[in-house]
This record gives sequence, C-alpha cells and structure tokens, in this order.
Amino acid sequence: MSRPRYVVTALLAVGALAAVSACSDPTADQDPAGNTTITVALAANPQMKTAESLISDFEQKNPGIKVKFTTLPENDLRPAVTKDVATKAGQYDVAMIGSYEVPIWAKNNWLVPLDDYVAKDAAWDAADVLQPIKEIVSSDDGKLYGAPFYGSSSFLFYRKDLAKKAGVTIAEKPTWDQVAAAAAKMDDKAGGVSGICLRGLPGWGQNLASLTTVINTFGGRWFDENWNPQLTSPATTQAVKFYVDLLRAHGQPDAAKDGWEGCLQQITQGKTAMWYDDTVFAGSVLDQAIPQVKENLGFAMAPVNKTGASGWLWSWGLGITESSKHKDAAWKFISWATSKEYIKLAGAKAGWDSIPPGSRTSTYSIPEYQAAAKSYADLTLKSIDAANPKQPTVEPVPYRGVQYVQIPEFTDIGDYVSQQVAGAISGTQTVEEALQKSQTYTEGVVKKAGYLK
Amino acid sequence: MTIAVPARPALRRREARSRRLPLLPALIITLLLTQIPFVLTVWYSLRNWNLLAGDDSTFAGVANFRATFADGTFWKSIGNTVVLTGGATVAAMLVGLALALTLQKKFPGRGIARTLAITPFFVMPVAVALFWRSAVFDPSFGLLGWLTDLAGLPRVNWLSEQSTLSIVMITSWRWTPFAMLVLLAGLQALPDEQLEAARVDGANWWQQFRRVMLPHLRPFLELTALLLSMNIIQTFGEIALLTAGGPAYGTTNITYYIYLRAFNSFDFGTASAYGLVALVLTIALALPALRLLSGIFQQEGRR
Repeated sequence: MSRPRYVVTALLAVGALAAVSACSDPTADQDPAGNTTITVALAANPQMKTAESLISDFEQKNPGIKVKFTTLPENDLRPAVTKDVATKAGQYDVAMIGSYEVPIWAKNNWLVPLDDYVAKDAAWDAADVLQPIKEIVSSDDGKLYGAPFYGSSSFLFYRKDLAKKAGVTIAEKPTWDQVAAAAAKMDDKAGGVSGICLRGLPGWGQNLASLTTVINTFGGRWFDENWNPQLTSPATTQAVKFYVDLLRAHGQPDAAKDGWEGCLQQITQGKTAMWYDDTVFAGSVLDQAIPQVKENLGFAMAPVNKTGASGWLWSWGLGITESSKHKDAAWKFISWATSKEYIKLAGAKAGWDSIPPGSRTSTYSIPEYQAAAKSYADLTLKSIDAANPKQPTVEPVPYRGVQYVQIPEFTDIGDYVSQQVAGAISGTQTVEEALQKSQTYTEGVVKKAGYLK
Repeated sequence: MTIAVPARPALRRREARSRRLPLLPALIITLLLTQIPFVLTVWYSLRNWNLLAGDDSTFAGVANFRATFADGTFWKSIGNTVVLTGGATVAAMLVGLALALTLQKKFPGRGIARTLAITPFFVMPVAVALFWRSAVFDPSFGLLGWLTDLAGLPRVNWLSEQSTLSIVMITSWRWTPFAMLVLLAGLQALPDEQLEAARVDGANWWQQFRRVMLPHLRPFLELTALLLSMNIIQTFGEIALLTAGGPAYGTTNITYYIYLRAFNSFDFGTASAYGLVALVLTIALALPALRLLSGIFQQEGRR
C-alpha cells in the first residue's frame, strides 16, 4: 500500500510546483520598469518575418509594451496554437489563425471579439478592410474575430512566351475548357515543360483546395442542404475526372508529390507553362523566377465552368486569445500590424514585394505598390471581390467557405478524400473508386457528428 | 545475491531498504516519465475528445476501440508499417553487409571510403528528404530518371507510382551506414586465424564467407535487424515531406496515421485508441521475435 502513497505524494509535489510557477507568471511578463510583454504566435511566412523585423517601430510608438515572437512553420503553428487555446494554457496573447479556424475558434469562445476595439480605434479604419476577407475571419453571426493580416484568392499564372509559341491566347477570365486546351498545346514533354501545374499532394489544404474550387464551378458541392454528401453526384464526378485527367495528361510529372511548394518550384524554374494557385505567390514567383520566366509571366482569373467566378478565399488573421492577460496591449499590436501605416512601412523598408497583400482596399491605391505589382495587383483585388464564401457553388449549401467546409470535422474528411484523390492522380485507383470511398467515409463522419440525421 | 544469508532477517531487510532507498527518486522519475503518459493515453482513449469541437470531452467507453477495428485505413497503415519496416531493414542489412565486407579489406583510401560510407547517417532526415525529392526522385532531372534513361526504360513517377519502394529506398539509404558499422565491428572481431585455417584447408571465398564469417556474424546480424527495425518503424520525416502519406494512404505508416488523427484532425480520443492498439500489436509481434533471438543464442551455446 505504500507505493500508491508515494506516487500521490510525488504528484502533489509536481502539482505544487506547477501552481507556484503559475502564480509567478503575471509578474514574470512585467519587468521592473513596468513593461508589459505580449507573446505573439506567427506562421513563418515571408510577410510575417517582415513584421517581426519591423517590430522596433511598434515598440517605439507604444512604450511600455514589449513583443515576443514565436515563429513556427505553418504545419507546426496549427497544433501548437490549437492546443494552447483549447486547454486555456495562456501562452499566447496574439495568435495568427487561418480563416478556416477563426469561426470554429470563435464558436468555442477561444477568441475575443474585436468589434469593441475596432470601434474605439478610428485610425484602424474598418471600412477599408476588404469585405469578403472580413467575412471569412468573422463568426457566423458577423462579429470580427481575426484582424486580417493578409488575404488572398486563387488565380492562373501562365507563361506568355510559351502561349505565343503554341499559338494560344489566355483570356482574362478563361474557362477550364480553354485552359485544358491550352495546356494540351503548351505541353512539351521532350523539352521538360508541362502544360499545367496543379496540386496533387494529399492534404485538405493541398490538392483539395484547388480541386474544391473546380468542383464548385462545375456545379458540384460537398453537401446538399440536408448535409447529404454529394461526392458521387454527376457534377462532382465530372469535375474530379476533369482535374485528374488534365493533371495526368498534361500536368507536371509525378504529380501526387507536389503541393504548392512543388509547383512554385516548377514555375520559377520554367518547368511548367501554367499554374493555378494562390494569388499571394505572385510576388514570390516574380522574386525567385529565372529571368525568362520573370519577363514573360502573365496572370488570369481563376478558370470557370458554370459559375461566374471560382477563386478561393483565404486569410491569415490575428486574434486575441481568451486566456490573454494583456488584451489591450494585444489589440495595440494587432492594430499596428494590420494598419495602413504598417503596409506603407513594410513597403518602404522591406520592399513592395513583401507587404501583406489582399487585406485592405487602400493597399491597391498606393502608387509604389501599383508600380511594383502592376501585373497582378488588380487581378488579385478582382479575384477577392468576386469570391463568395456563402455560396461558392451553383446550388445552395449548408456551410460557409469556398475551398473548405466550415465545420471542425472537415480536416478529417478532407484528409481522407485528398488521399483518395491523390490515389486517382497517381493511377492506383479510378476516380469512381476514389469518390465512392470518399462518399462512404464522409457520410460516416457527418452522421457521427450529428449533421446528417 | 543470496549467498551467505545472515541469521537475522529483520536487520537484513532494514539494510536492504536503506540500500534501495536512494534509488527511489530515480524510480519515481522513471515511473512519472513513462507511466503517466501511458495511463493518460489509456484515459484519453476511453473518451470522446475532439479538440476542435470545443465541448468538454465525454466518456465514450470502448467506442474509440470499436472505431479502430472498423477503420480500414488503420489496418492499411499497419500493413504499410510492416512492409516499409521489413523492406528497409532487409535492404539496409544486405547493402550494409556488402559494404562492411568491402571496407574490411585493406586498400589505399580505406579511411576516406569508410567516412563517406558513414556520412548518410549524419545528415538530418529532413535535409535528406528535401534533397532526394528533387535530386533523386524527380522524373525529369533526378538521378533515378537519368538511370532509367540510361537503361532505356521509360521514366517512372517514383513518388506517385512507386511510393512504397521510394520510401523503402530513402530509409534504407539512411540506415545502411548503421548496419555497416555494427557488421564491420563484427567482422573485425573475427580472428584472422580462423580464415587462415579455412584457406589452408582450400576453402574458396564463398565457402569462407558461408562457413566461417556468416556463423560468426550471426549474433551481429540479429542485433542489427532488431535495432534497425526498432528505429525504422518510427519513420516519420521522410513520409511527411515526400508523400504526405499518400497516394491513397499508400505510404501512411502507423506513426504518421496517428499524427494525422491527433494533430491534423485533433481527434485525441481515437488517436489514443490507435496508439494503444498499435502498441499491443507491436508487443505481440516483438515478443516472439525477441524470444526467437535469445533461443538461437542458447542453442548455439554462445555467450
């Protein structure tokens, strides 16, 4: 009997230690001079790194607030921050959250609504924030929970020189049929240049993002109004077949291994004639590409079939965690990092390629930015304005989100479906097999979660 | 331990206790570090707990385990784990043995050759994966594409169509030096006289290898197999970076699948159940293997 008692004693000791360290927390982030320290969790993307390097400007304007950054790769940021807020551990005051998660977190009361802060902060100018972007970083009842750091849609990158050589023209608003025909003509297997690069790598944020926009515009949808999965419907099947066939016939070789990272490499190295992906990569491609690509890069709106527009909508928002002890200081930081002035500062100090795009209307009337991003700035703005996260499909849907379904179970469903689609892309199974499995799995998940009665 | 038992057992017990007492902190720490996570995992596995769903977790009974046994992907990932681990272990041992035999001979530049052969083991898995992705597997400008061109074969989409083989190749490449090191040490422990005696008796190279070296190397081979499979079974980085477990879960091993459930879906309940079932299966597979190994040791009457 003595052994369990030892264990209990040890546990108590550990508990006491934890309690002591917890008590010492509030004083630990205020140094003797009375400075408040806030901790900010960021994704390690180029735009956020710029923000980190310019922090002295914020600290100068807000004496008494010190900012500590925790910068993590996107894939690590999600679990780290989710665990922290879900368990109310309170490690982060400000967290960078993708638009898929903002409404879910808001519903769980993990974040603080920002509307009151915004109302008091006239300089932040809420009316300047792009409306579709604001919508996806707000809760279902329209309260703002994530101040958009940047926003993006999807569009088509293409090589003007290769199009000219193949005798094709890409309209500003092409259809998928035109793009498929152009891919066939520009495909040059002997020269090592594929017709188009599309995401093939499994992952709900990888191949499924691109594919879902194609499904939407072909008249398909994830669920009908009663949450019956629609993955085997004729329209969805047609869309997935189109995507897989196009990728297998004229896409990049070994397609199931390439996410956006792979395609970014392909286009900058001149290995593909077209690429359908996120608008935010326009700056990166122009920055990294070999000269021949840089001089000949053209852009077009996301290709469509039955809908008027098909681009997706994404934003990285900055939110204040419910567990934060320094909410006012946290808002001051958020206000700074998402302000008009910050965008101008980043442009002047770090170059106009590395400003966070797609968050504010005013960004697109800065003369320097217009000059630096003339080939894609207007199209980015048009793409964002054209996207409709409430109904991206032909028929009505019971969920929000363009390239994702705004429910917590979607990561699970999305991973499963994306794996099956990758199987179809690599040729280990047919599209019909992939979709049948996906339909069965999705049905099981939404039934278990109680959406489907 | 029981030699010369003193006549007074009470004193002996007290003495024994005072001797063991200083070990107690270490024991407690070991228990805390190993058993608390385990007990917590058991607890989580009995609960309905999806982090993103927000509500507090509820008791689920054995529902998570039922879901585990009904999940085809889970069994597929177990199968993949067996194939990937088995394939990479065998490949690493064969190549490692060949390298060890070559590098044991004396030749000019042997030191450099040995260093080069060990290098893969010291490169970070992430760096290896990123390098292999473009420099080896890429069908148009990778090393393997060049080789198939040389051989007049059509180009292979390695990571899409031969994903299992690709993962086996990269993991065995990384673990071959380890096998080589252990086997080289084994070869160096072989007394030269034995080989000399065999040569005097007229044994050719194959006979020397088959009748002298291999029996001598047997415990080393067994040890290598055990250590390699223990390490390769945990492969994660290569899979995450090269195939993301795909296509169609073709390269998802149990480690990666549990990661997906826990840190992508945040479904800690089922992820814990998967972990426990996988643990039981691993022990069930490992115990007979270990017993077999020690049985061989005794039969041969060695050490």
